[in-house]
Amino acid sequence: MTTRTMPHPTASPGRSAPDALVVEPGSTVAGRAKGFPVRREGPAKLTGAAKYTDDLVFPGAWYGATIRSTEPRARLIGIELDPSVDWSKVVVVTAEDIPGENLVSAIKEDQPVLVPIGGEIRHHAEPVALLAAPDRETIRRLRPHVRLITEPLPPEFNPEASDHVFAQYEIGGGDLDAGFAAADLIIEGEYRVGHQEQLYIENNAMIAVPAEDGGMAVHGSLQCPYYVHKAMIKTLGLSAAQARVIQAETGGGFGGKEEYPSILALHAALLARKSGRPVRMIYDRHEDIAATTKRHPAIVRHRTGVKRDGTLVAQDIEVIMDAGAYCTLTPVVLSRGALHSGGPYRCPNVRIRARATRTNTPPNGAFRGFGAPQVEFAVETHLNRIADRLGIAPDEIRRRNAYELNDTTPTGQVLRESVAAQEVLRLAVDASDFERLRLGTGHANGERRGSGMVPAGRLQSGSARTASGIGLALGWHGAGFTGSGEVHIGSVASVELGGDGRVRVLMGSTEMGQGTNTIFPLMVAGELGIVADAVDMAPVDTAFVPDSGPTVASRTAMVVGGLCIDAARRLRAEVEARHDGRPFAEVYQADAATHGPTRIDQGFEPYPGIHFDDATYRGDAYPAFGWAACVVMVEVDLDTGEVAVRDVVAVDDVGRVIHPILCEGQVEGGTLQAIGYATIEEIKLDNGRYLNDRLATYLIPTALDAPRMRTILVEAPFSGAPHGAKGVGELPMDVGAPAVIAAIHDAVGVWITELPATPERILAAMGAPPGDSTGAA
Amino acid sequence: MSAVRFLINGAPAEVEVPGMRRLLDVLREELGLTGTKEGCGEGECGACSVLLDGQVVDACLVPMSQVDGRIVRTVEGLSLAARERGHLDTLQETFLRFGAAQCGICTPGMLMAARAYLDAGGGPSPDAIREAIAGNLCRCTGYQKIVDAIAAVAAGDRP
Repeated sequence: MTTRTMPHPTASPGRSAPDALVVEPGSTVAGRAKGFPVRREGPAKLTGAAKYTDDLVFPGAWYGATIRSTEPRARLIGIELDPSVDWSKVVVVTAEDIPGENLVSAIKEDQPVLVPIGGEIRHHAEPVALLAAPDRETIRRLRPHVRLITEPLPPEFNPEASDHVFAQYEIGGGDLDAGFAAADLIIEGEYRVGHQEQLYIENNAMIAVPAEDGGMAVHGSLQCPYYVHKAMIKTLGLSAAQARVIQAETGGGFGGKEEYPSILALHAALLARKSGRPVRMIYDRHEDIAATTKRHPAIVRHRTGVKRDGTLVAQDIEVIMDAGAYCTLTPVVLSRGALHSGGPYRCPNVRIRARATRTNTPPNGAFRGFGAPQVEFAVETHLNRIADRLGIAPDEIRRRNAYELNDTTPTGQVLRESVAAQEVLRLAVDASDFERLRLGTGHANGERRGSGMVPAGRLQSGSARTASGIGLALGWHGAGFTGSGEVHIGSVASVELGGDGRVRVLMGSTEMGQGTNTIFPLMVAGELGIVADAVDMAPVDTAFVPDSGPTVASRTAMVVGGLCIDAARRLRAEVEARHDGRPFAEVYQADAATHGPTRIDQGFEPYPGIHFDDATYRGDAYPAFGWAACVVMVEVDLDTGEVAVRDVVAVDDVGRVIHPILCEGQVEGGTLQAIGYATIEEIKLDNGRYLNDRLATYLIPTALDAPRMRTILVEAPFSGAPHGAKGVGELPMDVGAPAVIAAIHDAVGVWITELPATPERILAAMGAPPGDSTGAA
Repeated sequence: MSAVRFLINGAPAEVEVPGMRRLLDVLREELGLTGTKEGCGEGECGACSVLLDGQVVDACLVPMSQVDGRIVRTVEGLSLAARERGHLDTLQETFLRFGAAQCGICTPGMLMAARAYLDAGGGPSPDAIREAIAGNLCRCTGYQKIVDAIAAVAAGDRP
């Protein structure tokens, strides 16, 4: 791994990045980072001692199950329990058992916890009733004896035809007509992406445990404890103190455990409330895929005006997202999608129109990238087609258009610092030897371009019947929440020196594999001048930790990390002031013994100079952006159309690398999810039901499908965060798929405009006459 | 119900269970060995990989009737000797140093697949390692660091 550090542009007083966090070039070797701690909960995970939700034992606990709709849209007339069966030993919960509001706490609050009688079933696998029993066998036996009486209603599956709009935005600047009038060439294109399943290896899981005071605790696999907490208060009619959320070890989230755990916690709690016992609701894989949220499918249309030299002069972009049956987080997913849809490129005249509508499929929600991977696949593929048409190399057209310092985005945001688009592009092109390799792959054979034919000879590489190709994509990802989201949330994180002399970080942000437990002690210890091992992480339990906002949007290291660094600085100053300014490390043990505990609660304060107008969509859409470039090498089997992704060079600017190995791990994992999105991950639907709702049929990449990966981390710090970090989780997800599609084009000369690039789509495109179907170039 | 006797991580065990009960459930629920995870229940993800007479199997697909008289090894048994000294074994330690575990839910199964590969004399070739762990899905790491870690152990690198 290589780390490139760019100068801190506008280090304001008191906001310099601590030296301890700067990764010196050469400090990492062979997959190891010298001087950085290993994953904190790693030993527990490696010995099997770590307790995930399903590993927790609660004596006397019952098992819960969900009775779900089997139609995409219907009126619920009744719920019938087969009278020939004994129901006395089990508990059945319906909407009538809900003490508070029958709504899942979310943005629009349109989703019932359970469909009430007389209410409308809006999607297949929608929860209608709940069942709990002392053992799983009883559940299996009784389940088919709950009958839903329904009256079918006509479903809507086409997001463009749906008249129920959850959100829409129009963003723009300049004069679109004048831009197109000045263009030498106008190119149009339409791009489509389908659902993608997060496919964390631990399924959604929750255990509800009733408390003696009438309260309820839930232990679960989740990203956002305070989302669940809020949902429990609303639906169960509990006070804030009566509702308690405890995160168990969490086996991956990727956005899939952002909002879904709320409804699952409510289901478990309703059963626990009625049965008076702990109730376990551990989804199996089939139920998890069939019922939980996916990445939003999207249709993206581009009309782009360019000069002959490749300069963009006009972008007219339309984004339509399919939200599924309920609103969930759709307005913010769409917002991020709209804001990223132009790509990391300067263009004076832009119009972006985006809308998300309701259809009768299970609701879509958060997934790593959050609206950006869909639109960045579209804009990158479109730009490659423009370059192809103009005869400009893909790296060159990007050099000519990529944002530089002081450029302006479509919302009128001036990029005053932390712009590394050109830097990541240059590093990716150099490290991959892009220009030289491209001469030797399929693209070298110019006569085949546009012919839709694959001639023999120079194209072929490796075995006789494969063609190799190389592709490039550039991307950007707004750091942290969109717009004024962070100001609205008002997160708090705390650093405490306990009476026992231990330093403790208290926050509602969760570890789900990304490394939170490891990097926070590192950041706080660095400020206090002590070793990371001397800093504890408080367990995530809403009874003890403050609301640090949800663990989403790649915001934890950047925003909550910034809060903890500021809290540590205040703690250090306070303790040192009590000891004549002697260093914290020397005096903190004695201070704890004599003075007792000192706790600093640090609340979020708006980043200086960052303003966004939610009403007009003008201003600083994000406090900063991360920048990524990805070069992918593929081989395409000319007989079967199968794509093998062989090598990847990923270059990501994350602002500040806190832990090189963990940071690199985020890039590698995100890149492979993007490759899966590009090549094999696809949900097939029939009448609103997911057909491939098992792991045998929904495929994700194995070790054999995964390429060799090389990561280069770049540091262009954000001055608003005390450590300069901009987040890393989502960035690599934005660029992998368009790089794969570009490499496929380089190999076989066809543009795949709908993800995933399945063998069927590739063969169809290769067989199509020039200018026809998805193979149109 | 029938009595099934087997060796689990070196110790004798006897359970009275229906013959078709899954080995996975017996490990987790009868023996309290929750290090072995369930990811899909149909042999696709490998999260429940254990060693049965040294061979990697998906414990979700193994009925107890096939376990009688055999030797079962789980993640809890991987470092028995090492853990008495308060340490991870070389494979676990290398996974830790290389960042080969993230969320950790696939890790026990991945370790067992790696153990079987190494015990069978597997070398540091990345292609051979990828083949050996192809039945174990990981959604976090992109596999690069897992392959690197196993290769390092195969090559005899000490963490």
